This record gives sequence, structure tokens and C-alpha cells, in this order.
Amino acid sequence: MISVESLTKHYGPFTAVDHVSFTAATGRVTGFLGPNGAGKSTSMRVMVGLTRASSGRVTIGGRDYRELVNPGLEVGVLLDASAQHAGRTGREILTIAQQTMGLPKAQVAETLARVGLTDDEAGRRVRDYSLGMRQRLGIATALIGDPEVLILDEPANGLDPAGIRWMRDLLRGFANDGGTVLLSSHLLHEIEVIADDIVVIGQGRIVAQGSKTELLAAAGTLVRTSDPAQTDRLARALHEASVVTTPIDGGLRVDAEPELVGETAHRAGVVLRELRPADGAGLEEMFLELTADTAREGAAA
Amino acid sequence: MTTATALPRPTTEVATPARVVRPIPTTRLTTVELRKMFDTRAGFWLMASVGIISVLATAAVIIWAPDEAITQNTFSTAIGMPLSVVLPIIAILSVTGEYSQRTGLTTYTLVPWRGRVLSAKVVATLLVGVVAMFVALAVGALGNLLGSAITRLDATWDITLSQFGNIVLANVLGMLMGFMLGVLFRSSAAAIVGYFVYSFVLPVAFGTLAAFQEWFRDLQPWVDVQFAITRLFDNSMTAEYWQQLGVTTLVWLWIPLALGLRAVLRAEVK
Repeated sequence: MISVESLTKHYGPFTAVDHVSFTAATGRVTGFLGPNGAGKSTSMRVMVGLTRASSGRVTIGGRDYRELVNPGLEVGVLLDASAQHAGRTGREILTIAQQTMGLPKAQVAETLARVGLTDDEAGRRVRDYSLGMRQRLGIATALIGDPEVLILDEPANGLDPAGIRWMRDLLRGFANDGGTVLLSSHLLHEIEVIADDIVVIGQGRIVAQGSKTELLAAAGTLVRTSDPAQTDRLARALHEASVVTTPIDGGLRVDAEPELVGETAHRAGVVLRELRPADGAGLEEMFLELTADTAREGAAA
Repeated sequence: MTTATALPRPTTEVATPARVVRPIPTTRLTTVELRKMFDTRAGFWLMASVGIISVLATAAVIIWAPDEAITQNTFSTAIGMPLSVVLPIIAILSVTGEYSQRTGLTTYTLVPWRGRVLSAKVVATLLVGVVAMFVALAVGALGNLLGSAITRLDATWDITLSQFGNIVLANVLGMLMGFMLGVLFRSSAAAIVGYFVYSFVLPVAFGTLAAFQEWFRDLQPWVDVQFAITRLFDNSMTAEYWQQLGVTTLVWLWIPLALGLRAVLRAEVK
């Protein structure tokens, strides 16, 4: 189990991670979802002791990462598949991990087979690897110590659809055997396919978390108005009716039935452009909203 | 507390199988670091270059040196000069490789105590250095035997044990210089440029200054670290020379090394 408690990381005046708290539970795959630059990688680097937190802490199975005496045997980590020595062969890179952890030599061949790298591929130098092969090799390094916890940053990056399916089955099996998996992605689809629980982060803050079914189902109503002032007026009217709203692009996501939203709009004299049940699209809307803030298209506006 | 499952901690106790995790011994780290110095083509040829340089330099002495100069000392000087350039580069790359190739991400995750990784690197580097010195000594001795067989003169063995010790010390200091530049810059290119500035630009600058400025002439041995180290090769160490070696290495090696180590321990690994 990974427990993140009020984790904060400042870079000068910039806050990369802002009081992030969540738990990745044993036996489940937790997806860490957020646009590029949201603070996912920074949080993960803090978890494994590569970056110092400004405040807050992370424990893995109740202990700080640096308290583990041979971390590779307890936590499998893949932070960046391209951060592997281009001049070494895949087998050599895995052998270094095997020797560092003090594992039997046979584990190398076994683990290579487990991640689907052939003998021939393992003998090639990493500079000749595709990103997908590097991911598999990185996952091999994470798995070789037979850990109970996996921390994987964008592991599906560069994998083809068959590769993503393979990864899903692998992580599902790992979690079903009582392991804890935390994986990050900037693609909602990937997370939807693989994860049981989802933690959504944007601009260093957690904006939503819960089980996948919960987040996808509790979508409520989508409502759009003709201009921002009208949206504000509607939001205020809904708040007065004790209804929770979340701003989305050009409107609101409302935790209520469309009928109630329509009535409220009518009473407040707000002209609606769109009113419909969110059909489980709430997460996607929210995520697009988050992405729009940081994406290049958004920056031009 | 019957609702213990609702608390975060107890779940781990259930999941933890009876598995003993032992700490990573330092010898193992050193072995791994040694392996990493040899396991790429670049690394392998850099190491092989130690042997190749020794043989080439020995051959050069046999072919071109006048008969009376065929002594062990000539061989050792001929081999030692190029070697003293290669060894610090080996030391630099053992540190900067982790950053240039970004392997530090894995290394420091598997071994989150960076001080231990760096100690293993220092030990591995110095082992390579000392072994290289003995290889050079052996090749030089063979060259001396071969050379004197060709000149039909008695082989001259004019290197004392203390002299060899001084040469080893000079090269160890050179390697530590490389190591220091490695931890300070954490980039292969910058550290190697730094190394050439250290060993070629600064000595020339100090030498020129000493040649033209009277006041600097007596000061140079206290300031110029290469000047102080080079005297180790001349077998003319006096108490004052040792003091000068201590002062110059303190300023040019030990203090920057401490700063560099501190930076590595604190810096974020990306």
C-alpha cells in the first residue's frame, strides 16, 4: 500500500505538487491521471526518494522508501523508460539490477520472458530499441525483484494496442495476487482500461479521486449557457439550492437531475444552450478542462 | 477495534509474506560499479586503452629511444604520461554516465543511499587505477627486458618502491580530480572540458605567470596543483613539497570534492 500524505513540492515560487494526499490500496490498480506537467512525475520521484518533498510524506507499506534495506525487492519502479544506458544490451541492464538486488542469475532470463523480450532482442543494445521495447525492459527491471508494490510512470507510453492489453493483464494479475500498483498516464483511455481507482491531478492539486465506477457513474448533469456571466448566475442559484457544481468548458457539471437544473435556470432567468445527463462523461469533461488549461491550444487563448 | 480493516495499516500485515530482505552489502555495490565500467563498448575500449597505451608507449621507447636511455624509468615515464590522461577520464565517466545516460534514475532508486553508491564508485575507480598502474609497470618491465636484450646492455632497474608509490599516488590524485569534476558538473562533456582546463590550461597559465612575474615565482608551488602533483613523478619530494601538495590539493581537490558530493546527495535526480 502506498500512502501519500499532504505531499508538497516547491521549486522556488512555483508549486509543482500542492498538498497531494491519496492512497493506492493493496490488491488494486490505482491510476494517477493528469495532463503533462500536472505533478505526476514529481510526486512519483518523491515517493522513491529521488526528489525531496518540501513538506508532507509518502510511506510504502507503512515505511519511508529510504528505510527499505533492499528497495528493489519490495518496490518495483519504472520512472522513465528512456533513462537506460543506450550502450548496454537489454540483458546487461537487467543483469545489473539482478546483481544489485542479489538475486539468482536465472531470474534475468525468466523476467525477460515474462515481459516478452526474446533472446535476440535482449542481446541488442538499447539504442536500437523501440520505445515499446524500452518500456518492456523497464518493466522487467521493476518486476525482477518480485516486489509487492509497483510504481510506474507512463508505462503504456509507446506500447501498441496489443502491448497495452498485455500491460493491463500483467498489472491486473499483479494486483489480483495481492500487489499494489500505482501507474500514471496523461491519457484517460489508458487509465480507464487498466485502473480500478483513479486519482486525477491538475496543476499540482488533486481534483478528483475515487473508484473508476464511482467517477464514471456519478456524472450528474451537463449544462451549458450562452456566456460566462450566465454560467456564474446559474452556479450561484444552484449553490443556493445546495447543489454541488464543477465548472467545465462553457458551462457546469452539476450533481443533480437535469429537471432540477432546468427549473433552477428558469427561476434564475438563465438561457440554456445545452442540458443533458452527463452519461458518464463527467470524468472526460473534467479531464479535458484540466488539459485545456495547460495544453498549447489553451495557452494561445 | 474490530473494524481494523478500515484502517490503512493492517492490510499490509496481511499481505506481507514471510520473506527476509537483507541489506545490500557494499562489496556487491562495488562489484556492480566495476561491471558498469566495462559493460559498454565505450567503457570496454576506454579500459582496453590502458593496456594498448602501455604497449604502444613501450614499443615507441624501444624503437626511438637512444640505447643509453633504455631504462625502466624511461618506460615508466613514456607509459605514465598518456595513462595519467586516461585514468581521470575513467573516473569522470563513472560518475557522469549516471547523468548523461540518465541511468541514475535506476541506480539511485535501487540504492537510495547515494553516498554508498558514490563510495562504491570511488573504490571501483581506484581499483581500476591501481590495477592499471601495475599493468603499466609489468608492460614497462617487459619492455625494459626486451629493449636491453636488443641493445645487448644490462637492463637498468631504476625505479624504487617509493618512487612507484609516488607515481601511484599521483595517478590516484588525478583520478580523484576526475571524480571531483564528475560530481561537481554531473555532465560528461562539462567535466571533461573542466579536466582539460585543470590539467593543461591552468598549468600553462600559472607557468607563464611565474615566468613573467617575479612575485608569483615563489608562490606558484603553493597555488599550482599540477605543479605540486608533477613533482611526485620526479622522486624529489621534500617536506616542503609535501606541504605544498597538501595545500594545493586542499584547495583544488578536497574542498571542491566535498562541495560536489554534497550537491550529488541533495540534487534531484531526473
